[in-house]
Amino acid sequence: MVTNITSFGRSGLSDWLIQRVSAVVLALYTIFIVAYLLFNPDLDYYAWSGLFAQTWMRIFSLLAFISLAAHAWVGLWTVTTDYLKSTNVRVGAQMLIILAIFIYLVWSIQILWGA
Amino acid sequence: MSNLQVSVYRYNPETDSAPYMQEFQVDTKGRDVMVLDVLHMMKEQDSGLAFRRSCREGVCGSDGMNMNGKNGLACITPLSDVVKGNKLTLRPLPGLPVIRDMVVDMALFYKQYERIQPYLQNDEPAPAIERLQSPEERDKLDGLYECILCACCSTSCPSFWWNPDKFVGPAGLLQSYRFLADSRDNATSERLTDLEDPFSVFRCRGIMNCVAVCPKGLNPTRAIGKIREMLLADAT
Repeated sequence: MVTNITSFGRSGLSDWLIQRVSAVVLALYTIFIVAYLLFNPDLDYYAWSGLFAQTWMRIFSLLAFISLAAHAWVGLWTVTTDYLKSTNVRVGAQMLIILAIFIYLVWSIQILWGA
Repeated sequence: MSNLQVSVYRYNPETDSAPYMQEFQVDTKGRDVMVLDVLHMMKEQDSGLAFRRSCREGVCGSDGMNMNGKNGLACITPLSDVVKGNKLTLRPLPGLPVIRDMVVDMALFYKQYERIQPYLQNDEPAPAIERLQSPEERDKLDGLYECILCACCSTSCPSFWWNPDKFVGPAGLLQSYRFLADSRDNATSERLTDLEDPFSVFRCRGIMNCVAVCPKGLNPTRAIGKIREMLLADAT
């Protein structure tokens, strides 16, 4: 059996399911944001800020950001195992990617609840 | 009608420092012959040209090769299917080590086939007669058992090119599903456990190159989808 320690869920089945569910969440979030922008052509700071001040929007946004983080981890892990054949380069790239995803996730939480 | 221009991949590791393409002019007398016939005409011009062939009717799977960029069996591919502008380029199956000219080393391909345990496993006592199947159970094996292991599909799959040691590949997975779907086999959960890692099945990205090239018209992508469904049903 092939095993892996740096993949997101340590299992191909779990990674596959997470990638598909997170893709649905991201699609819903994208449709919502695009529709919101289309239906509010005169959008100003107060309306935008008011949208993100509501709890449901913060939960929806955090769900989308966590989905993006998981989706990116699974997808980029796959890319690194396809194209980076040197173990040092591959593990280094994976650590950088995971670190960047962590930083962006914490930063996005700070933005959502910081305003 | 002018002669067919054929460009063939040549490499003899004992004498050549690098592979090269050799040009041939082949007179097909205007007939729409098979690519394998053209190879034989070239072998008359240069007897050193090496390629595999056996049954010459699409049953043995020996003469899988890359013809004008697409994998297929040379013996059942007419020139009219592949030749563009009176030119034909023949290369060995992509991604496998070349032994000589069109002959590739299929060891990794067979290793992945062996890994999925391509034989019936049943630990219940054998009945006095055959293990019977209903016609419906037998129908599930159609589109699976016909594979001749020519490797056209696996060697057209980028996921197999990048990870031939870990990804089973479309040919192996089609055969894996052939035994998962067989009502007489009861090693289903052991088979599934061996496939749930991120590479063996899940490195398939569903680009369906395998379906596009299969000379027997089989659909490995559908079989891989069925394996995923079984894995999901087993683990949730």
